[in-house]
Amino acid sequence: MSVAPLIPGFSDPILGSQDIFRSILDAMAHPGSIEAVDDAICGVPHDIPLAAAACLLTLVDYDTPVWLAPEFMSIRSWLAFHTGAPDAASIDQTRFALMSAQSSSPAVTDFPKGDDRYPDLSATLIVVCTSLHGGRPIRLTGPGIESETIISPQGLHESFWTDVCENNSQFPLGSDIILVAGHELIALPRSITCEEIG
Amino acid sequence: MYVAVKGGEAAILATHDLIAEERRGDRSVPEVTTAQISEQMKLATSRVMNEGSLYDPSLAALALKQAQGDSIEAAFLVRAYRTTLPRFGSTLPLDTSEMAIRRRISATYKDLPGGQVLGPTYDYTHRLFDFALMAEGETAPAAPIASDPLEPHMPRVPDILGDEGLMEAEVPPEGDPAPFDLTRDPIQFPADRDTRLQTLSRGDEGFLLGLAYSVQRGFGGNHPFAGEIRMGEVPVRFKPEELGFEIELGDITLTECQMVNQFQGSKDKPPQFTRGYGLVFGHAERKSMSMAILDRSLKNREFGESVDYPAQDEEFVLYHSDNVEAAGFVEHLKLPHYVDFQGELELIRKIRKEFDERQSELKAEKAGEAA
Amino acid sequence: MSAHAIDADYNFGYLDEQTKRMIRRALLKAVAIPGYQVPFGSREMPLARGWGTGGIQITAALIGPDDKLKVIDQGADDTTNAVSIRRFFARVAGVETTEKTNEATLIQTRHRVPEYPLSKGQILVYQVPQPEPLRKIESSEVETRKMHAWSEYGAMHVRLYEDIARYGRVATSYSYPVLVNDRYVMSPTPIPKFDNPKMDHMPALQLFGAGREKRIYAVPPFTKVKSIDFDDYPFEVQKWDEPCALCGAQESYLDEVITNDRGGRIFVCSDSSYCEDRREAGHVGTQIDWAKDQAYLDPNADEAK
Repeated sequence: MSVAPLIPGFSDPILGSQDIFRSILDAMAHPGSIEAVDDAICGVPHDIPLAAAACLLTLVDYDTPVWLAPEFMSIRSWLAFHTGAPDAASIDQTRFALMSAQSSSPAVTDFPKGDDRYPDLSATLIVVCTSLHGGRPIRLTGPGIESETIISPQGLHESFWTDVCENNSQFPLGSDIILVAGHELIALPRSITCEEIG
Repeated sequence: MYVAVKGGEAAILATHDLIAEERRGDRSVPEVTTAQISEQMKLATSRVMNEGSLYDPSLAALALKQAQGDSIEAAFLVRAYRTTLPRFGSTLPLDTSEMAIRRRISATYKDLPGGQVLGPTYDYTHRLFDFALMAEGETAPAAPIASDPLEPHMPRVPDILGDEGLMEAEVPPEGDPAPFDLTRDPIQFPADRDTRLQTLSRGDEGFLLGLAYSVQRGFGGNHPFAGEIRMGEVPVRFKPEELGFEIELGDITLTECQMVNQFQGSKDKPPQFTRGYGLVFGHAERKSMSMAILDRSLKNREFGESVDYPAQDEEFVLYHSDNVEAAGFVEHLKLPHYVDFQGELELIRKIRKEFDERQSELKAEKAGEAA
Repeated sequence: MSAHAIDADYNFGYLDEQTKRMIRRALLKAVAIPGYQVPFGSREMPLARGWGTGGIQITAALIGPDDKLKVIDQGADDTTNAVSIRRFFARVAGVETTEKTNEATLIQTRHRVPEYPLSKGQILVYQVPQPEPLRKIESSEVETRKMHAWSEYGAMHVRLYEDIARYGRVATSYSYPVLVNDRYVMSPTPIPKFDNPKMDHMPALQLFGAGREKRIYAVPPFTKVKSIDFDDYPFEVQKWDEPCALCGAQESYLDEVITNDRGGRIFVCSDSSYCEDRREAGHVGTQIDWAKDQAYLDPNADEAK
């Protein structure tokens, strides 16, 4: 029996996670702006984009239950080894989720949204798109955006933006979203307003 | 001529040299060693271990030496060090019934299994200076050894009462989860008992003592009895995942206090004594007793008692008992605040000007009317 | 100033990686909920509580080898605590430090916003003594958390209006409460109210750390920050009768410096780097010669640049 070689995590865990965190923070503080992740920064398990791997390695650990969509279950041992993150026993226990933008279930609104006294006790969803360019344009406005930003990710299910709008309409409750594709990411905090253009 | 604050960096470096000089004092006097402190000042090192939240007598001794005996500054050193230590797991809960007793007393019974063991205490000394201690070369005689060893079986007083069904049962929360750790996560209110006990055991002895005193004097509802106070060594055990069985890491000195409080009951619930619990590192009876008194007074929610006094106010007690935080914030007033003070000066000058103008207007009016 | 050698006894940035992750997660939630106080597991630091441990923890979680760090206290780079904190990061992160506001990527501040406008991409980290703007009105955390949850801010308006009844004006000159993103009332920290307008739609990201109280909060760039006022008593900032005695600036916050014990005083820019830049550019105030005479300023300082 041969053991498959383990895909690495960060090439430099300390500086790598600092670098990626700054990208995620910039993305969250400037919603809609595209942040790029350096190719060599970390190993990438099959089936997920580099940006998703980098986000997970940076943000999760033994304190944060992670929910993996069925199509991404193959990364479970890689994730457990490099981060110690436990599996979320249920959607309700999820702090971080990795899911595909193409599936409508579970919806963005199914994940923990916090409560009125502690809206921060909510999930962060890493949503895998086919690309962050070339899709239907969406106008974003709100905190972090000077006037407006247009984004056009691809590979999203029909009612994705309806779900996001419903999520954001519950502000200050709600989940926060990181869209990923390839080596790029965009953050959508619950504080912004999304509008489908045209 | 006054010169504004400049050259901050040079001043800081000079300050470090000055405090090192202060700490050493007269160089013709022998330097105090950390071994002397850990051997001959155990009650001080116990306090530093409790308020520093770290069991390490030699580190506590070093902290006291470095801090010139200032126990809060010493606790601060220990806490800052503790933060940097990696954690590799949790021990099993300590069983104080396994304690190698050096002192064990009860105020609720004249005598009990295991007996009253006075042990080392200042309680019955007369507080008269022993000037012989100012000379060196002390030759205190060794304490005589008793003819018989201590009883091996020393049941805890609350268990004795519990056997009769008279003591409030200690029931772990459902599923017996790991206790909350406030050094990792921020406290949320209302706070559960594990959070309260952890906060109290790291709390400032003086603050806890004052609050416990207030409970006894009348700012509180309960009259406590010292069911038992025991001090001695308790083994510490850990079960590494890789081994799958327990290993003993060593033992630590603990002081445990169980306070028995007046009974509670109702028409439907049988009356029972209620309890207060104190557990601290090293030998620190006053602290363990104060902690036990406050543990009970903070159980007001569980017993449906109204909060009438400061010692029952959870936020008041738990927020202000941490002396490292308290000292930091009180002493931060020494930092420059001149920008905000400038704002206050500007404001008060403006308001005063308007006040004076109004006064002169009123005066002028009155003068006008009189004329 | 060039980068420093890192102290190898400590992890980069002092904090262990798990603590940095915990703080980073809290920061992301804070940015997603502008003005809301996120509880976090604040760690004991080698500097005392009340002396900037919250700001230090945020900076430690953010800082990387490419950053340029500026640290100020009361607007000045050379006040003792600013020096102490800057030395701490030079030691545990080996990072380049600077006094020039426009060259810094990260600025940690106690109680002032720099006069020089910040730009997109910069991060301003505020040290926070008391994160709860309602604390003086309501001492219980359980209660203030409910007030924020349900936007029950009436008591705050009443408290400010009481000043108007008593003094004819709002008598709060610092820690002047603000409403962020039309949702959360927030403490801007004890910056003078003079600085409040700078927070509104600032191009830089503003992060706030309260170490002792264990709270983190944030204002994203270009976010609405409005000082609470009344239609009949609009918010106003401090003004001085004279410009800076050293550089002649008329729009900066001035510190009062007592020059003798007969009531002599001059007013100088609180933002030392802003004042220095202006003097370098050739602006002079009326007291510049006196200041060099008295060694208040290094007589050779400007020439040396």
